[in-house]
Amino acid sequence: MSRGIVIENLTKSFGSFLAVDDVTFEAQEGKITALLGPSGSGKSTVLRTIAGLERANAGRIWVDGEEQGGKSPQERRLGFVFQHYALFRHMTVQQNVTFGLAVRKAPKPERRKRVSELLDLVGLAYFADRYPDQLSGGQRQRVALARALAPRPKVLLLDEPFGALDARVRQELRRWLDDLHRELGVTSLLVTHDQEEALELANQVVVMRQGKVEQIGTPEQIYNQPATPFVAGFVGASNVLRGVVWEGHVHFGRAAVAGAHHLDDGLRAHAFIRPHDIELTRAPGDLSFPVTVERRTNLGWMSKLHLRLEDGQMLTAELPNEEIMGIGPGDHVHANLRNAKVFSRNGQDPQPDQELAAV
Amino acid sequence: MSASHVSAPAPSEAVRSPRLSETASRRLVHGGLTATALLYVGLLVVAPLIGIAVAAAKPGWSTWSATFADPDARHAYLVTGVITLETIVVTAVLGVVVALVLARDRFAGRSLVSAVVNLPLAVSPVIVGLAAVLLFGRGGWFEPWFTAHGIQVIFALPSMVLVTVFICIPFVIREVAPLLEELGTEEEEAARTLGASPFQTFLRVTLPNIRWGLLYGVALSTARALGEVGAVLIVSGTIAGHTETATLYVLRAFDESKDASGYVVAVTLALVSILLLAGIEIFKRKEEKVLST
Repeated sequence: MSRGIVIENLTKSFGSFLAVDDVTFEAQEGKITALLGPSGSGKSTVLRTIAGLERANAGRIWVDGEEQGGKSPQERRLGFVFQHYALFRHMTVQQNVTFGLAVRKAPKPERRKRVSELLDLVGLAYFADRYPDQLSGGQRQRVALARALAPRPKVLLLDEPFGALDARVRQELRRWLDDLHRELGVTSLLVTHDQEEALELANQVVVMRQGKVEQIGTPEQIYNQPATPFVAGFVGASNVLRGVVWEGHVHFGRAAVAGAHHLDDGLRAHAFIRPHDIELTRAPGDLSFPVTVERRTNLGWMSKLHLRLEDGQMLTAELPNEEIMGIGPGDHVHANLRNAKVFSRNGQDPQPDQELAAV
Repeated sequence: MSASHVSAPAPSEAVRSPRLSETASRRLVHGGLTATALLYVGLLVVAPLIGIAVAAAKPGWSTWSATFADPDARHAYLVTGVITLETIVVTAVLGVVVALVLARDRFAGRSLVSAVVNLPLAVSPVIVGLAAVLLFGRGGWFEPWFTAHGIQVIFALPSMVLVTVFICIPFVIREVAPLLEELGTEEEEAARTLGASPFQTFLRVTLPNIRWGLLYGVALSTARALGEVGAVLIVSGTIAGHTETATLYVLRAFDESKDASGYVVAVTLALVSILLLAGIEIFKRKEEKVLST
């Protein structure tokens, strides 16, 4: 039996809304596993069910080889970090971190030792006597983490831990959490809607959508070999081109892109292309096709180019400025697409927001 | 001193005067509002209190000692004390329970319960008393059961406590429920995941967060319990030396033209309520100061 977290056929509904639909996955011991998905995909519900804060309708949960069904949250001994910190506002930092040891009646000298150890670990020893509302968001979340870790939980559950912080603090805290995890090696399950966060921190990513698991894999697999159009669109930015399959290529107008060998001729298909997998040349090439530059946005070291194909479909390319060679709005150039992921259309359009998913 | 000297400021004054009158009128309105508020508080709140205090002080110390020596007055204080203490305990416990249910549970008819909870504030205490008589009095719905078990409800303490609790409990619920809503459930969930039992969670996380609201609500409800007349008048039967409360003693004192004794008891009751509310306010300020430094 695995010593990490094992979820088997977990199902949870709120009234008639099926929040988690037959979810099965494993979070390996000592690793960070990310539950990635848009809001409403059921990822937080999975986490709360593991912690015992929600009761599953069906399915089983094991933590460290022990089944959790029927156990109350306090019996599970799992560390939980909330998006909005959930610090006890009437207690000081020190009292917050001590709480988990105090309610379990740990001996006082041990409490003091453990708490000062943790406050040092999160770098907040100086703030021990402050109240939560005297701390910044980043500091509060570090206190929350220290508090969750104090009773030495078997696993750490993090529910969008950086979601309420601004971009710079989020970056900083992410790196800090990565270091902390290297040091402690506690099995962690991280819920996030931020694909960059999942790719950067996790050893394994579980992508969820509408209560179901879409794909489980390493960050590389999720990014480079998306199993479904949803994953291709959600993880990393992608362009979507609609076309028809013919001899292993997706054709749209006079243009075509490779990567459809697994699909039958005549099928309607979507080709997902990353903005950085587009190459532009002045002269026509074997596989390239003509496009018109509509707009160029300079982002410093690189530019976003909005390209119109002959059949009217749009592409967004991202190129380092030194590779752009002065290409600008109104120019007619040739585009060459790499690494297209092709999925049969099944009469369904991908969600519109996927096409413009920001990097 | 020439004519030009005198006439020179005139234009500028002409320009300034409408603006001056504007600020002046604003000041007038502002001052008027403040004066009205002060007048209201002075006339309707402070003046009567002073009036009673003066009336109680006028006949001299002998009236005070005579009143406090009167066994009926002593017993009336005792009855009021007992009712108030019981009301404090019951309203605090029940009030928090109802507030928890209203703030946390989502069930059909919740908004109805929420509205009904405030009903005692809207209904005349006399009607509350009548309702209690209808339920527990002779021929009332619950009367046979209590009589069979030898419990006297009407014309006895149980019904007096019952109506007082009924009237006072909204003060606690109305103070506590919004605090619970604002607190949310995350801190409680955090406590649970950290190994706290539901009871530990309530004691260490929920209660400290609602303590000021609870104290304030209980203080208001205590003040109300001390002063309750209407409902208690109807259910108690006002038997002197038996079911007569301090407020009922005041009523009877005026009926029997013992005005001075009535004033004395009235002043002591008012004093207790005022000290109670002021005490809570001062305590709260101190605590907030400690927290914010």
